[in-house]
Amino acid sequence: MTEKIKMTLQCPMPKFDFDVITLGHGSGGLLTHRLLQSGVFNILKNDLLDQQHDGASFPLNGNIAFSTDSYVVSPIFFPGGNIGDLAINGTVNDLAMCGAEAKYLSLAFIIEEGLTMEDFWKVLVSIKEAAVKSGIQIVTGDTKVVEKGKGDQIFINTSGIGVIHPNAAIHHKRIEADDVIIVSGNIATHGIAIMSLRKGLEFETNIETDSTNLNHTIIDLIKQFGNDIKFLRDPTRGGLASVLNEMAELTKLGFYIEQQSIPIDEQVDGACEMLGLDPLYVANEGLFMAIVKKEIAAEFLAALKNTEDGKNAAIIGNVTTTDPGKVILKSRIGGKRLVNYLTGEQLPRIC
Amino acid sequence: MCLAIPGKIISITNQLDETFRFGKVSFGGITKEINLCMVPEAKPDDYVLVHVGVAISIVDEEEAKKVFSYLKDMGEVEELENSPS
Amino acid sequence: MKYLTEYRDPELAAALIKEIHHVTTRAWTLMEICGGQTHSLVKNGILEMLPDKITMVHGPGCPVCVTSISVIDEAVYLAEQPNTILCSFGDMLRVPGSKKNLLEVKAAGADVRILYSPLEAVQIAKENPDNEIVFFAVGFETTAPANALSVIQADKMGVTNYSILASHVLVPPAMEAILSDEENKIDGFLAAGHVCTIMGMEEYYPVAEKYKTPIVITGFEPVDLLQGILMTVQQLEKGEYKVENQYTRYVQRAGNKMAIDTIQAVFAISDRTWRGIGPIPDSGYEVNERYKNFNARLKFKLDLPPAEENKECISGDIMKGLKKPKQCPHFGTKCKPEHPLGAPMVSSEGSCAAYYHYSNTDNSFA
Repeated sequence: MTEKIKMTLQCPMPKFDFDVITLGHGSGGLLTHRLLQSGVFNILKNDLLDQQHDGASFPLNGNIAFSTDSYVVSPIFFPGGNIGDLAINGTVNDLAMCGAEAKYLSLAFIIEEGLTMEDFWKVLVSIKEAAVKSGIQIVTGDTKVVEKGKGDQIFINTSGIGVIHPNAAIHHKRIEADDVIIVSGNIATHGIAIMSLRKGLEFETNIETDSTNLNHTIIDLIKQFGNDIKFLRDPTRGGLASVLNEMAELTKLGFYIEQQSIPIDEQVDGACEMLGLDPLYVANEGLFMAIVKKEIAAEFLAALKNTEDGKNAAIIGNVTTTDPGKVILKSRIGGKRLVNYLTGEQLPRIC
Repeated sequence: MCLAIPGKIISITNQLDETFRFGKVSFGGITKEINLCMVPEAKPDDYVLVHVGVAISIVDEEEAKKVFSYLKDMGEVEELENSPS
Repeated sequence: MKYLTEYRDPELAAALIKEIHHVTTRAWTLMEICGGQTHSLVKNGILEMLPDKITMVHGPGCPVCVTSISVIDEAVYLAEQPNTILCSFGDMLRVPGSKKNLLEVKAAGADVRILYSPLEAVQIAKENPDNEIVFFAVGFETTAPANALSVIQADKMGVTNYSILASHVLVPPAMEAILSDEENKIDGFLAAGHVCTIMGMEEYYPVAEKYKTPIVITGFEPVDLLQGILMTVQQLEKGEYKVENQYTRYVQRAGNKMAIDTIQAVFAISDRTWRGIGPIPDSGYEVNERYKNFNARLKFKLDLPPAEENKECISGDIMKGLKKPKQCPHFGTKCKPEHPLGAPMVSSEGSCAAYYHYSNTDNSFA
């Protein structure tokens, strides 16, 4: 298994006088201090964090969006990324889905005793890179260490604060019939990238996670299209189908999509066929679904396709008054079927 | 039952004895080591039908095309049957 | 993907549908044997595109659905043994046993692993010499060669800490059980294309003859299924009852000899209890005498009390084609995928789950 860490920052690992993280590093004493000083604070430096208060304080004007997420992905290193950049991008994107430009994040680690310093450093470097790319600062955090067997190498929580753009009016209550449903790129990529490493199911591929920060792209779209963007959501766990079902349930409108229009990478498709997985239910990371007013849909799509994040974007369907509360898919051959909620984890099948 | 899909043999990678004959098979670009012992004549570039890590048939390319001319052939047969002899 | 995508061609599908409408003059009831075919019919929305006169009934071709509750209990028992790693295909994990399913056992700490192939289980056995590795070997004839091969490979490599819990089921005896039932309404069958890739076509001639029922060996993609349905209806309209092969790109009359030999090297035909249907003689495979050291039932001296099926589940009637899932009083209420009463609601190939996931309660869309 190769993990691609984008070492664009010059971040050689400092010399630590320990190779692995032990319970002592979470105890609050000297070892903790050393870990934080040489590790965390060293790489994540910024004015607010450097004050090393119990909490960060700062002024903020406008309507605030606040989001939190915890990251427990296993394995922690996967093609194209690791748990570190996932943790930053995920929360930055959640704020973007609210129409907010993320500004400040908190960062909390729960580390399993025995994680190597080398792996921890790689995660920190990725966190730093993701923070720089998305333009956020990590201003407060926490580090705990648990006994071996009580964790899974490392869990991360990030919470984020951002200011909602004045042009943004994102709420499911604004969704109406005839609104157009757009996805920003190929679906199911992240989930399949992770699956390719899963023992017992593994296969060779150059599929990489699609994890990336979407905030810049989204804020630009909000600036241009304002309240013609009714709703945004990133379909992470549970995939596109789960988000569509949630929307259908909340709005009591019908959501109609066409299979032929849904973009998917050929290798991802091949993996889904082999394992018997439905890509509609597979996790995504650097992908979002937008529900926009019909009149601006074509222009919105063109603008999105002009970005790196959205180059494979496509219109996949529309909102209707028929079949309220349901998600209907028109298959490639023209037949219609229901797209239901996923029940439990999607498992590969022989049947 | 029996989820099985066609893949293209990229290379034959292992051949200890007939039970352990493996090939690297591509499914739309992803590849997996597949056991080929049930298809002893299969060679690189052949398409094989794969079920749970074992290839169970080689695609018959000629037969594969017939589905597409079925209706047309049927139409021709009907014409023959209906035409005065 | 080549040899896959072209069989999803919308124009060809539309032409086949048109022809089916054209040739159908009377009401016919067809059964597709295989769960994968059911899945494809429902997933592609084909059912509602067929003429109303054609009723598709979904057969018992879902090994997950027909694996008896006692066998699930055996798997659960083995998973809970110390130093034992139970390996299984993904679809088996949610099938309810008498008390638990394998997913619950896994959550409680047992080492239960999902594998794509039984051959990987042999690797695990090799890498873990201090553990016993058991592979939950379910499936129809299609999966039997792979499961048999795992035993042969283990034997050749001298891997002694490997065994299989066999729960194989065979198609022709199931077809006989359905056709010989007094209430049988099936006029024609779409036989399971991948089973026939292995076993060939011979077994179906006596069945077609005896019951005067057309049998068309059919594939799984929309175009395959539509062509198979068309061929079956054409026979019915003409009063014919032949065995025909739609899936000629893979299926030959004699099947795959190497695969059949592999099955026969390791398995012997045995009686088998089908969940929801009951015992059918000579309808399964068990590990034979030669490879008895790889038979988990013997190795672990399994002797569990017989388990009772949930009385509220009407899976037998559904799998025999006598009732549709929506005719079950518990469908969608007491019985849902998240809390299934029986097996057809668990596997996405099971009739009940397929209907639940893919179709409206009244099968109509705007």
